[in-house]
Amino acid sequence: MSQEPGPSSPNPPDRRPLTAFAWLWVGAPLAYGLYELVRKATQLFTG
Amino acid sequence: MSPPVAPLGWSRWLVPPAALSVHLSIGQAYAWSVFKPPLESALGLSGTQSALPFQLAIVMLGLSAAFGGTLVERNGPRWAMTVALICFSSGFLISALGAATEQYWLIVLGYGFVGGIGLGIGYISPVSTLIKWFPDRPGMATGIAIMGFGGGALIASPWSAQMLESFGSDHSGIALAFLVHGLSYAVFMTLGVLLVRVPRPAGPGAQGDPGAAAGVQVSARTAVRTPQFWCLWVVLCMNVTAGIGILEKAAPMITDFFADTSTPVSVTAAAGFVALLSAANMAGRIGWSSTSDLIGRKNIYRVYLGVGALMYALIALVGDSSKPVFILSALVILSFYGGGFATIPAYLKDLFGTYQVGAIHGRLLTAWSTAGVLGPLIVNWIADRQEEAGRHGSSLYTASMVIMIGLLVVGFVANELVRPVHARHHHVPAPKEAADAAADAETGSPTGSATDVAGARPQQPESA
Repeated sequence: MSQEPGPSSPNPPDRRPLTAFAWLWVGAPLAYGLYELVRKATQLFTG
Repeated sequence: MSPPVAPLGWSRWLVPPAALSVHLSIGQAYAWSVFKPPLESALGLSGTQSALPFQLAIVMLGLSAAFGGTLVERNGPRWAMTVALICFSSGFLISALGAATEQYWLIVLGYGFVGGIGLGIGYISPVSTLIKWFPDRPGMATGIAIMGFGGGALIASPWSAQMLESFGSDHSGIALAFLVHGLSYAVFMTLGVLLVRVPRPAGPGAQGDPGAAAGVQVSARTAVRTPQFWCLWVVLCMNVTAGIGILEKAAPMITDFFADTSTPVSVTAAAGFVALLSAANMAGRIGWSSTSDLIGRKNIYRVYLGVGALMYALIALVGDSSKPVFILSALVILSFYGGGFATIPAYLKDLFGTYQVGAIHGRLLTAWSTAGVLGPLIVNWIADRQEEAGRHGSSLYTASMVIMIGLLVVGFVANELVRPVHARHHHVPAPKEAADAAADAETGSPTGSATDVAGARPQQPESA
């Protein structure tokens, strides 16, 4: 685990890049799953 | 292991992806069916035998969530996510060994027993933490995580199928697929372990969540002795039974329903219907659970159970005369099924507080295990009897629909009986815990479970 500034640190680091990375980490596979789902679901109307 | 406390400036929006990394992984359980046909042909198994690892995994999910909940509360979310990671990934690795050596019992032990413990601990691991980070929107927060459990199958199903296609469906191909699954999920879940943090206890002058400090706080041990817990148990069990009744038999149901009409449903279209139901299930988890933050938990369950019963009545009344009505009603029922799962932690938090909400949630999940047996049993048994009686088409399912309406009405009544928990059940922190919490509030470095005691006020997150 990386060192984190203590509670008394005056300027906490910007967490936005980490937040974006974390959401991308879980969002990318979820988007793949949803894409496959939509492909299958359209079979209800075309199959 | 001490619960990892968030440093100053930690964004609460880092916690949902941490939770999602676990739930998207363990949601793979619902995609087990991808492995069934290859296992049956490679190891000469029957359909019942190839379902064993999944069934044992679901039983272990219920048991480990029920009995491990208190440990999760005591040791914190990072400990729980680590246990989930180790168990879930090792389950796959043991299964890989089993497939490679053609020892099926190792797959049952690995995926079912060891992996199943990972499912249960992983499922409840982020619930309490999310509720503490999002005291203003607990329904939305737990909805995001529990939506991930539904999403996990959407990812794993095509991914596992492609992998088996590449590696081959013989025992060594299956072993390699299990190995890749185990390693990939270990890496994917690591993000959750690294990112998860519990809110810092508020120091003097800091803004906290007043509800967490001053509101009701009931221990898990006491909660199971209250009528409120058992009312919610019935609510969840009835709601899940009604949803599983459709979900488990969706493809044959839509095919049978319209078999005698001028526009029968093909096998391909039925697969599309199943996929659409999965989408409704997922959307309901986040959509309805977030709505519960606005209209209240009791009201949203009135909708799930009341409107759900009406939807079943609509299907029974309209029969095979309208395909859109059947499809739309089934989608609404499945969205309520997902919503019911996702909203229950926030309902528990409203009634019992945040003190041991994860552990209480774990115990309540036994309702899910019960419904998992009850729902398919009712629909399949009745459909078989109707078929024996010479019925066909939509009339095969009419009796099941009526029973589902009855179950939903029972759930509706149980929800109406839910009242605030009596003050005699409220948890009073032990003097030592209270002292620890007070000391932690001073130093900002909590020890043990001090952040969980009723006296410790979680920090108001920096970013909303």
